[in-house]
Amino acid sequence: MTVRIFIPRDAAALALGAESVVEAISGEIAARALDATIVRNGSRGMHWLEPLVEIETADGRVAYGPVKAGDVASLFDAGLTSGGAHPLCLGKTEEIPFLKRQTRLTFARCGVIDPLSLDDYRAHGGLRGLERAVVMQPAAIVAEVTESGLRGRGGAGFPTGIKWKTVLETPGARKYIVCNADEGDSGTFADRMIMEGDPFVLIEGMAIAGIATGATKGYIYTRSEYPHAIAVMSAAVEIARAAGVLGTSVLGSAHAFDMEVRTGAGAYVCGEETSLLNSLEGKRGLVRAKPPLPAHKGLFDRPTVINNVISLASVPVILDKGAGYYRDFGMGRSRGTIPLQIAGNVRHGGLFETAFGLTLGEIVDEIGGGTASGRPVKAVQVGGPLGAYFPRALFDTPFDYEAFAARDGLIGHAGIVVFDDTADMLKQARFAMEFCAIESCGKCTPCRIGSIRGVEVADAIAAGIEPEKNRVLLADLCNTMKFGSLCALGGFTPYPVMSAMTHFPEDFSPVPMVEAAE
Amino acid sequence: MNIHLPRADVTERTLAIVGELKRLEGPLIPILHEIQDEFGYVPEESLPVIAQELNLSRAEVYGVVTFYHDFREHPAGRHVLKLCRAEACQSMGGDRLAERAKALLGIDFHETTPDGAVTLEPVYCLGLCSCSPSAMLDGELHARLDEAVLDALVAEARQ
Repeated sequence: MTVRIFIPRDAAALALGAESVVEAISGEIAARALDATIVRNGSRGMHWLEPLVEIETADGRVAYGPVKAGDVASLFDAGLTSGGAHPLCLGKTEEIPFLKRQTRLTFARCGVIDPLSLDDYRAHGGLRGLERAVVMQPAAIVAEVTESGLRGRGGAGFPTGIKWKTVLETPGARKYIVCNADEGDSGTFADRMIMEGDPFVLIEGMAIAGIATGATKGYIYTRSEYPHAIAVMSAAVEIARAAGVLGTSVLGSAHAFDMEVRTGAGAYVCGEETSLLNSLEGKRGLVRAKPPLPAHKGLFDRPTVINNVISLASVPVILDKGAGYYRDFGMGRSRGTIPLQIAGNVRHGGLFETAFGLTLGEIVDEIGGGTASGRPVKAVQVGGPLGAYFPRALFDTPFDYEAFAARDGLIGHAGIVVFDDTADMLKQARFAMEFCAIESCGKCTPCRIGSIRGVEVADAIAAGIEPEKNRVLLADLCNTMKFGSLCALGGFTPYPVMSAMTHFPEDFSPVPMVEAAE
Repeated sequence: MNIHLPRADVTERTLAIVGELKRLEGPLIPILHEIQDEFGYVPEESLPVIAQELNLSRAEVYGVVTFYHDFREHPAGRHVLKLCRAEACQSMGGDRLAERAKALLGIDFHETTPDGAVTLEPVYCLGLCSCSPSAMLDGELHARLDEAVLDALVAEARQ
């Protein structure tokens, strides 16, 4: 029987040399005349082990990693194709503690299947949700999603079902499903991994959303920084269309739904939903005032569902296994699972899908294994560039929308960036302001001007110029930005700034420079 | 490598690209991407053509081109090196590597070496935050950068 060797095509694996590993393995297969074939899967999310090579054995998949091209000959000498022992052998993939401890609902297939094989997708439970949806009443689908407790995974945490209900109930000759795949937050890569590793789940989720709300056209708006995701996603749409999953008759039903992949052009603010809609329309990515809500007047002024990739990709499992199954995971008002993205200065970085409720300390110390540098953890930024910096003192915070909000933080898109004790929090605060200044769409003054003034004030503090007065000024500026900005860019930039100043005051009191004596 | 057509036939090619993509809903961004793919930047001569074909003002088209970081008004160097400047890469020494790249190339961000070989650009997140710091050289991704890998990338780009 032909042995299947899995080597990821995920961007992280490629960035760590997966292509040269593929070349070396193909070479060995040919040279040794072995009956083996290479499958390019997505990533399992254990990025410190990438490129992770897996072999399918009668006993399950066996993993090796991180594999470099130079290791390949010795791997074959050790009997790679039968899962032979080697210093890089990690045992059975499913038994690796990082993976074993997860609850993979949304990412169940990611890293397991060939992302562009619809047969593989079906064989692993794909399309069951959509098959159920095509025979349901739209209102019943919406009720199921509402019942599941799914909240927007892009960061705002708005109940997905309520959003869908609004669009369903808004009359419109044409409605849209827009997938926000403009994953610009540093520390996040879940959207990228799903698009590269299991694109059909997103297509299925969008098709279900279409049927539930009466929308017939979908757009995936993603980033130009993600060329591999764009390629896989676009190919998957073609395959789904050819197979009748998309088109005038979704899975042979009376429902029509089709979609396109669109690429942004390097503007962070286009991850904000109304700015994204303007960008899709071919305009500058200026934020729109709300109301009107996109659900009433969205893309081209039509009723529009706009959801994050992970929200939409979580819908198929909800429709397949039922709202109750999904809702039973999690805590408080945060139901279901969340793909944590553990990043930055961390030993075991990667994607960890789990029910809400783990504490930040468990995530960073136990799962992430502490810092990569081996130095003490100083701060953890949760929720991207607009998320707060948490000190160790707040490591008991459970991963939950409300618990983070109660401590002046946010979970955002669940990116977790770890910093060791060499981090200078005043510099991080300054960067937050600088980033806001670079990326501001310019429509509202608190964001456009406030961020520039913020950089200047941070510089003044760093230079030891009236530090006390300038700290008060910075706090006041943050207050203005928080309450006066039109969208989350200006409105949330104060989170990293204020949290840095509150939790790490020592970094905001630099030793004053000695004045040069006359 | 960035090798693109001579710009003699900007109007003709622009017309062809617009003709091909005009049927899309909201076609302007896809058109600009295609034009930049073709020429390596968005030539000023293409703007009135796009405006005319899409029934927009030149100011509207120019506004869109300048809003987005991706669109260039001038050609880039033969190679484009993008270094991630976002928080996850900062936590792993990205700032130090950025300084090193600038020193090795003798240019700042958004600049091109005088021989036209390399353009250095910042990028805010390549989605490789669990294996930072990261970079992109002519569309190829590189993660877990250190001094040696960066030096090799710069040397490759300079050739």
